[in-house]
Amino acid sequence: LKLTETEVRYVAALANLELSEQEVRRMCEDLGEVLAHMDKLNELDTSSVEPMTQVLYDAEDTATLREDRERPGIGQDDAVRNAPSARGGLFKVPKVIER
Amino acid sequence: MTGEIASLTIAAVREGLAKKRFSAEELAREALSFAAANNSKTNAYLHFSPERAIAAARRVDEKLARGEDPGPLAGVPVAVKDVIVTQGVRTTAASRLLANYVPPYDATAVIRLEQAGGIVLGKTNCDEFAMGSSNENSAFGPVRNPVAPDRVPGGSSGGSAAAVAQGTAVVALGSDTGGSIRQPASFCGVVGVTPTYGRVSRYGLIAFASSLDHIGPFGRTVRDAAALLQAIAGRDECDSTSAFAPVPDYLAAMDAPVKGTRIGLPREYFRDASSETSRLVMKGVETLRSLGCEVREVSLPHTDYAVGCYYIICTAEASSNLARYDGVRYTGRSPHSDTLTAMYRNTRGEGFGAECKRRIMLGTYVLSSGYYDAYYLKAQKVRALIARDFAEAFRDVDAIITPVAPSPAFKLGEKLDDPLEMYLSDIYTITGDLAGIPCMSVPCGTTGEGLPVGMQILARHFDEAGMFRLANAYEQAAC
Repeated sequence: LKLTETEVRYVAALANLELSEQEVRRMCEDLGEVLAHMDKLNELDTSSVEPMTQVLYDAEDTATLREDRERPGIGQDDAVRNAPSARGGLFKVPKVIER
Repeated sequence: MTGEIASLTIAAVREGLAKKRFSAEELAREALSFAAANNSKTNAYLHFSPERAIAAARRVDEKLARGEDPGPLAGVPVAVKDVIVTQGVRTTAASRLLANYVPPYDATAVIRLEQAGGIVLGKTNCDEFAMGSSNENSAFGPVRNPVAPDRVPGGSSGGSAAAVAQGTAVVALGSDTGGSIRQPASFCGVVGVTPTYGRVSRYGLIAFASSLDHIGPFGRTVRDAAALLQAIAGRDECDSTSAFAPVPDYLAAMDAPVKGTRIGLPREYFRDASSETSRLVMKGVETLRSLGCEVREVSLPHTDYAVGCYYIICTAEASSNLARYDGVRYTGRSPHSDTLTAMYRNTRGEGFGAECKRRIMLGTYVLSSGYYDAYYLKAQKVRALIARDFAEAFRDVDAIITPVAPSPAFKLGEKLDDPLEMYLSDIYTITGDLAGIPCMSVPCGTTGEGLPVGMQILARHFDEAGMFRLANAYEQAAC
């Protein structure tokens, strides 16, 4: 099983991932092979099985709620310190709107 | 003390400090220089944190001078996998994208191990964003297995396992999503523990697959690994998925007799009974039988579906978790883009390595419109069946023992070009993560070639104490 290049390019666009021509060709094979293995799950009848949406939860539903009290945050300066481009405590990105 | 630094235990550090044979600062300095001098053999550490280590060691020495209790990990050199954030100390997830990321906060596990007196020496190499089974997916070069330098240390926590095996840390923190603590522990011949899901806070763990991610300890002995877990386990308000269950005293319960403990051997994990790995694990089981454990066969019938189930769920969650690396907030950004969308795409295309791209693509595919029910929902249902297999088995037995991996450490490069084969080698470890139960790897001997093999012990939710008791009994009997 192989994915088509069109399928791979569609998924890459959804994922905001730029792929080279060589990467696209390789993905067709790699993804196809893994997806074919995943199709093995269809051998199982799961029509009466509830999906496992919670791994483990050992307390009351409201146990994770806490009092709404004020706490210091990390602050704007620290928050943007790792940004590749920032000014005035804000993230800078390429222009998104034409004037 | 240079000769002994590579084989120190937590107890030996405590004794050395108590008898004033060395101060915590002297030990930290010596451990740092020993680790730095030996790092080129394995590439286990990506970078060291000497300032932080010395400051922490001085705090321990000050407490000792004042006659205060410096904590159960006082002065103990610890390595931390580089997917666990450390304030002011670079944290890269072994990715080009985060090569210069300096986190503004500490992970809860790091805060707790330092509160217990532990000394963070540095950050260890791993597969990029913890995705891989060989540590070959690091943007900063693979780790070599300290036992056999032409072989992989396992992954994804290969650097932490190698550091403990090599003696450049006494204990280490790793993370496990599908076997990333137990498999490298097995390959490097050390103890590695994946605690119950939620037992350790993931606050500050760079997220890979949130319904599967765990933080856990490595040690050269069961006791040391348990002591590190003791320090980091327990409810944390900063992680709403962390468990409320009280943390028992693991060390106090450890030496109780194991006589009468019922051990299950799942037939699905011993099909290749003639392999060297199976034979070494069975020898370990025989040792436990001779200590009075009852051994019986059990069945985990959905085992063959685990790899497919796991790689649907983990890639789906990864594609979502890695969406945040878009060139806006986290250091890496492609310089070749004049629109926002091009910046996103180029940053991610240039920044992520091949395995991360593969998993983002798989995860995006299985979550994409029209495929959600067929893949993700189906996998969540199969996950419920796998968890039920364990719940049913644990009605008849107290622990389950299996191999950790089908084979010992393989050669560098051997499986790099075959992603499916690499995924299939995770078969024995991913089931424990899918079920959310505690599991660990204990060294159970070496092959004819001298390669370590690990025995996996799995236990009921929150029964780390029972699991440690068995592992410790085996370790004591075997040596």
